[in-house]
Amino acid sequence: MLNIAVCVKQVPDTEARLSVAADKTRIEEQGISFILNPYDEHAVEEAIRLKEKQGGTVTVFCLGPARAEEAIRTALAMGADKAVHLADAAFGGGDEGTAAAALEKAIAGKSFDLVLAGRLAIDDASGQVGARLAEKLGWPHVTAVTRLAVEGREAVANREIDGGSQVVAVTLPAVITAQRGLNQPRYPKIPDIMKARRKEVAKVTPADLGLSGGEVGGAGAKGKVAGLAPAPGRSAGKVIAGEPADAARKVVGLLRDEAKVI
Amino acid sequence: MSQLADYYRIEDLLQPEERAVRDTVRKFVDREVKPIIGEAWLKGEFPRHLIPKIAELGLFGPTLPEEYGGAGLSPLAYGMAMQELERGDSGLRSFASVQSALAMYAIYRWGNEDQRRHWLPRMCAGEVIGCFGLTEPDAGSDPDMMTTKARRTGKGWVLSGVKRWITNGSLANVAVVWAKGESGKVCGFLVEKGQPGFTTTDTHTKASMRASITSDLILDGVEVAEDHVLPGVKGLGSALSCLTEARFGIAFGVVGAAMDCLQEALDYTSVRKVFGQPLAAKQLTQERLADMLARVTSAQLLAVRLGQLKAAGQMTYPQVSLAKRENVRHALEVARMSRELLGANGITTEYASIRHMCNLETVDTYEGAYEVHTLILGRDLTGIAAF
Ligand SMILES: Cc1cc2nc3c(=O)[nH]c(=O)nc-3n(C[C@H](O)[C@H](O)[C@H](O)COP(=O)(O)OP(=O)(O)OC[C@H]3O[C@@H](n4cnc5c(N)ncnc54)[C@H](O)[C@@H]3O)c2cc1C
Ligand SMILES: Cc1cc2nc3c(=O)[nH]c(=O)nc-3n(C[C@H](O)[C@H](O)[C@H](O)COP(=O)(O)OP(=O)(O)OC[C@H]3O[C@@H](n4cnc5c(N)ncnc54)[C@H](O)[C@@H]3O)c2cc1C
Repeated sequence: MLNIAVCVKQVPDTEARLSVAADKTRIEEQGISFILNPYDEHAVEEAIRLKEKQGGTVTVFCLGPARAEEAIRTALAMGADKAVHLADAAFGGGDEGTAAAALEKAIAGKSFDLVLAGRLAIDDASGQVGARLAEKLGWPHVTAVTRLAVEGREAVANREIDGGSQVVAVTLPAVITAQRGLNQPRYPKIPDIMKARRKEVAKVTPADLGLSGGEVGGAGAKGKVAGLAPAPGRSAGKVIAGEPADAARKVVGLLRDEAKVI
Repeated sequence: MSQLADYYRIEDLLQPEERAVRDTVRKFVDREVKPIIGEAWLKGEFPRHLIPKIAELGLFGPTLPEEYGGAGLSPLAYGMAMQELERGDSGLRSFASVQSALAMYAIYRWGNEDQRRHWLPRMCAGEVIGCFGLTEPDAGSDPDMMTTKARRTGKGWVLSGVKRWITNGSLANVAVVWAKGESGKVCGFLVEKGQPGFTTTDTHTKASMRASITSDLILDGVEVAEDHVLPGVKGLGSALSCLTEARFGIAFGVVGAAMDCLQEALDYTSVRKVFGQPLAAKQLTQERLADMLARVTSAQLLAVRLGQLKAAGQMTYPQVSLAKRENVRHALEVARMSRELLGANGITTEYASIRHMCNLETVDTYEGAYEVHTLILGRDLTGIAAF
């Protein structure tokens, strides 16, 4: 029996055409679609597989605006049992610290054996929440995991490192963040999509978690996004033709004289 | 999730679960159908291994109530599922349409409670496959010309005749067969595979719908017991009511084929170079792409509004005719334009456009050919039947 918490975030669709909002600190949300963060999808899948093998429950935790409920429902349709949605407006505009703090309050003391989360959320790509949450819980954590085995109170996790792999063993309870390759997430079955509509999604406020308004969201954040800019467009590359030796000589010349990098 | 043409944000007209149904079928098609369908089509094979997977996904009878194994899907969610399946292949969508909107719907709508409980849950699970036998060699657009006869006996009925162009015919465990009783009234029967006197032969010469099974049903004195008669049937109109359901799904399905072609043309023309520039940089190409987008968008809007009308219980069959007629032609035009933009590559099944184009020729003909829908609309407008 494993009681598993999965932290999920709703993010803009990977293929949405993004633009920066007028205040230059946010993405323009008008006209784009949102999805369950792909790394979190791996986390949900792993949790469900563990539950299917060993029994237990899977509870989804999500901090995000009302629209994020759609991502929660996706996780429920995949097979999670219930969800807790930190949807109060006061949670908005925070940083990794406030997110981890709020999630910790929601998760601690509920006899979870394991917390799974994505390696990072593809929107802000900061990759801190899983690790910070583990620190706050005082649990061990392993990040960017590509294989996970849980036996009794021990979890053995594989991580890919440059040029090889590392195996880390931890004692439960622990926090694991999912890397691509951990599994292939299932697509929900249609009847499960319909049944997920009836599953419980508890909406919690900062007060429910024993947090004051000043400890959450923008008010509690230690940093704030000062600016957001799209990547500069790339101009076409230069193809240098000719014999390899001549071409290499030309490239060196261009790097020195034109790009001035050597 | 690939972001396919959604120029007028149809996305926002859907409920969250309708989007979820679309996305899950989209993933299924991308993972399980797209990689294999070109070759299956070329070989003229229906990809049978997908049947349990489609069943598991919940695509058979998804609009039926849960007590019969369905998921109680809304019309729009069902439509989106059909769109995504046909983005894969019209043959696959046909398979699902025939199972759900024709065979299962006929049993659900015109069968009795015992028949519903006997057949529908197993059909939802994909354990029983159905087909729908209305058309005959000499009765297509005018099904009232059917010559398949049902004669009453002491024990039940005896059926004799030939049905042609029947999707899933040889695959099906149960055939919904329409035949005329002695009074000339059309009745509906359930004929099981392997019954004495019942055989099927497949049509192998198709240049369209090659990844779909199309068969003749030969009924040579087939005895049908009373519990295999659909008791609710009130003549030919009952058979036609099933067609309305299937046509509804087609109005959405063909949008998927068109979206796939548009995407393919867009991808291809942005990398293919002609006369020193990407093909997409040519004005003639852009005109075609714009035309394709306009057609896709028009078709999407017709379909979605039709779905809203159905959900509100206000949909009429001429409205369905209009959407089926227009959307198939839009899709066919889009597929032809895409095929053309792909040059010689466009004639191969390495790309999807020619397969969609050939398939859509069938879709234009079946479930009421283009002209038949024209005449349905003409009659609705003028009050004069001109068939
Ligand atoms: C691949 C495939 C699968 C099929 N699956 C099924 C199935 O599962 N079950 C089933 O019952 N049937 C099925 N059909 C049959 C299909 O419904 C018929 O082909 C269709 O109804 C047209 O009938 P027909 O082919 O006899 O053409 P016809 O009725 O002979 O029509 C030929 C042409 O004449 C036109 N026409 C007809 N009437 C008029 C008129 N009054 N004025 C002007 N033009 C007119 C038609 O539009 C058409 O273009 C399938 C067909 C195909 C190709
Ligand atoms: C079955 C088959 C047999 C063949 N046999 C032979 C053969 O025996 N010998 C041989 O040499 N070739 C042969 N071909 C090749 C054929 O001639 C070419 O396919 C044809 O010239 C088109 O070239 P492409 O396929 O590269 O398309 P592309 O040149 O890439 O054209 C793609 C599309 O872009 C359009 N286009 C091109 N230029 C422009 C422009 N400036 N503005 C707007 N639109 C443009 C084209 O009309 C087309 O629709 C054969 C092709 C096929 C399919």
